[in-house]
Amino acid sequence: MSNVTTASTTEAKLWGGGKSPFNVEYGKVMMWYFLMSDAFTFGAFLIAYGTVRFSTNGWPDPNAVFKSYPFAGEGTNAPLVFVSIMTFILIISSVTMVLAVHAGKMMDKKGVVRNMIFTIIGGIAFLSCQAWEWNHLHSEGAWWGMNPFMNGDGTASTSNFTNFFFTITGFHGFHVFSGVVINIIMLIMTLLNKFEDRGHYLMIEKAGLYWHFVDLVWVFVFTCFYLL
Amino acid sequence: MSHEAVLHGHEGHDDHAHHEHHETFLSKYVFSMDHKMIAKQFLITGMVWAVLGGLMSVLFRLQLGYPEASFPFLESILGKWAKGGQITPEAYYALVTTHGTVLVFFVLTAGLSGTFANFLIPLQIGARDMASPFMNMLSYWFFFAASIVMLSSMFVETGPFSGGWTAYPPLSALGDASPGSKSGMDLWIIAMALFVVSSLLGGLNYIATILNMRTKGMSMTRLPLTIWALFFTAVLGVLSFPVLLSGFILLIFDRNFGTSFYLSDIFVNGVGALSNEGGSAILYQHLFWFLGHPEVYIILLPAMGMVSEIMSVNSRKPIFGYMAMLGSLFAIAVLAFLVWAHHMFVTGLNPFLGSVFVLLTLLIAVPSAIKVFNWLTTLWRGNIRFTPGMLFAIGFVSLFISGGLTGIWLGNAALDIHLHDTYFVIAHFHIVMGVASMFGMFAGVYHWFPKMYGRYMNNSLAYIHFWVTMAGAYMIFWPMHYEGLAGMPRRYFDYSIWESFKQFADLNRFISTVAMIVFATQLLFLMNFFYSIFKGRKVTTQNPWQANTLEWTTPIRPGHGNWPGEIPEVHRWPYDYGKDGVDFIPQDVPVGENETSH
Repeated sequence: MSNVTTASTTEAKLWGGGKSPFNVEYGKVMMWYFLMSDAFTFGAFLIAYGTVRFSTNGWPDPNAVFKSYPFAGEGTNAPLVFVSIMTFILIISSVTMVLAVHAGKMMDKKGVVRNMIFTIIGGIAFLSCQAWEWNHLHSEGAWWGMNPFMNGDGTASTSNFTNFFFTITGFHGFHVFSGVVINIIMLIMTLLNKFEDRGHYLMIEKAGLYWHFVDLVWVFVFTCFYLL
Repeated sequence: MSHEAVLHGHEGHDDHAHHEHHETFLSKYVFSMDHKMIAKQFLITGMVWAVLGGLMSVLFRLQLGYPEASFPFLESILGKWAKGGQITPEAYYALVTTHGTVLVFFVLTAGLSGTFANFLIPLQIGARDMASPFMNMLSYWFFFAASIVMLSSMFVETGPFSGGWTAYPPLSALGDASPGSKSGMDLWIIAMALFVVSSLLGGLNYIATILNMRTKGMSMTRLPLTIWALFFTAVLGVLSFPVLLSGFILLIFDRNFGTSFYLSDIFVNGVGALSNEGGSAILYQHLFWFLGHPEVYIILLPAMGMVSEIMSVNSRKPIFGYMAMLGSLFAIAVLAFLVWAHHMFVTGLNPFLGSVFVLLTLLIAVPSAIKVFNWLTTLWRGNIRFTPGMLFAIGFVSLFISGGLTGIWLGNAALDIHLHDTYFVIAHFHIVMGVASMFGMFAGVYHWFPKMYGRYMNNSLAYIHFWVTMAGAYMIFWPMHYEGLAGMPRRYFDYSIWESFKQFADLNRFISTVAMIVFATQLLFLMNFFYSIFKGRKVTTQNPWQANTLEWTTPIRPGHGNWPGEIPEVHRWPYDYGKDGVDFIPQDVPVGENETSH
């Protein structure tokens, strides 16, 4: 009984005004709501993709489309190897982001700098991989409105396969690019001792939230285009 | 600043109030970061759009009322769009489309939430300003940019977009579909994209401010209903506008990069006309209405919140059923996301899916009815003061009932198939969300004008404004129900070619005449508004309406930072009217010893 009373008084104190109910500053509340909003943007894209895909007869087999990697010769057959490497890079960059946030909490400037550099390198590496893949597909004749690939059953495929692929991975790539820019700004601010002077690294945490979100979205995009 | 100080960031704003800003004209009126000034910017930009949008409706009503007549003055205003004094069909569609877009988004979304969320949230929760004043300023300037782009779309050679405010493909997706589908549509999409960014920046700010910046003692259940309504509005906006943005991005690709997201195989006389294949125009409708329906509540909820507050103040009674009002706001906000396909009953939707949407749509009647009954019981035996704000609030309830009842008709798929795309629909949504929300906005302006400008508006002009608008709204839209039941379709340039609709010629002329009178009356309101800013009777007391909420504890003309000293602490809910024989007890008055809290 007394436990219940304590719980409800704490709650009343939390929500009673004069302070943040979540004990976080407003920027983090905004970031969470922004991420929810952005999840709806990607959700809408992926649902649109699903709607069109399941109302179309046949769809190209991803194993037959994504089977090359840089410096490989013509006719290489290494399905999904390259995209697995891309995904791995992105996930590792999330790990280094976690380490940067942790270092920030410890007020360890060197740790933040080191791990932010790793995260930025990871982001740039992912973008470069994506650039190579787009370029490669383009050289095979794929682009918005053009689809050189055949359906899994050998029939002609509609251009919506490439339309959705380039639009959605492009939109995700744009998010990664924005994330890299944000991370670079965070790195510069760290180097200029901005956060040291403020006494906290909350900005790194917020950038981290965004970065993890972009990673999470990639998991869905990856599943939809490369696995299903 | 220590970590602790950051968590209570708004206390850091305290210094705002203490030292005088030496502000230039630019920083005070143009690039202002004061939420009260930003609210006024939204309000006045919204008014400009309301006049333009209203003028458009007068022009196309002229065509509908007098389809054969020619008015030479039209040619001098519209040039080639009214050759020989008669509006061309292209111009008619452009007018209808732009009227819809402008009124729905620029007036009733940005003009309404933008104004009152900015103005009331910090004042009523007891905060110095928004969580991020800078983002707030950006939100206005994105809206301004959207306005400029939308305005310039009206001056391109091929005319503004003319495929209806919903911008369905293929009219919106194929540049050659109609004159307005060319660069007019490109500008329309750019304007709307900027608008989405503006509403996102604003919405995030409103949410974070309400959650984080409430003054001491202002618990969530002590918030005025205005704030709750604005909170749900912001959540709806933040979650539904991004879906529209996705839909628009796909539309841009269809228009400019040769994709077929919304375009299936199109045949003309049995021959494939275009190379597009495999897309779905219905997909766009789903994405659009996933925003489009919550948008109705984005427009309506702020009005509901303000009406609740104004009614309680002017009935000198607590709002009836505060928790029920709050619950019904929540229910409406949730249901808003689950009913979008009721706009699509005639698209060939699976009938089973249709029946699910019928059920969910009709469920909205429950929270809506709760709200209506609570408003009526708030009025019941109240000591009612018929201020202009109060009259418009009562007018809102009247319109919400009449428009809401026809919503029950339209929510039924079987009836909707008959009534879809007729004047019945026009009558329904204009009454229930268009005019009703305008009434909410008028109520808000009349009620909070003394706080905004430190002066009163002229009451006599306001009463004329109210009665003409109230009577006019019904005289315009009531007859449209009959026209719609008789099958008269919307979006047609000229009805006189049908024998069966010729009988409505007189009725249409009547509607058009009233529409012009009502439009002229709105100019009276504008005159009153701008005259009162400079010459209105000065407010001499801090709390002219004897209201309980915190905005009336600020000085008559509050500066940046709102309260010169400490922010008041809150000790009670905002609806202690007529409690224990005391007319009103403001929220910052501590609870007396023998007093029970509500």
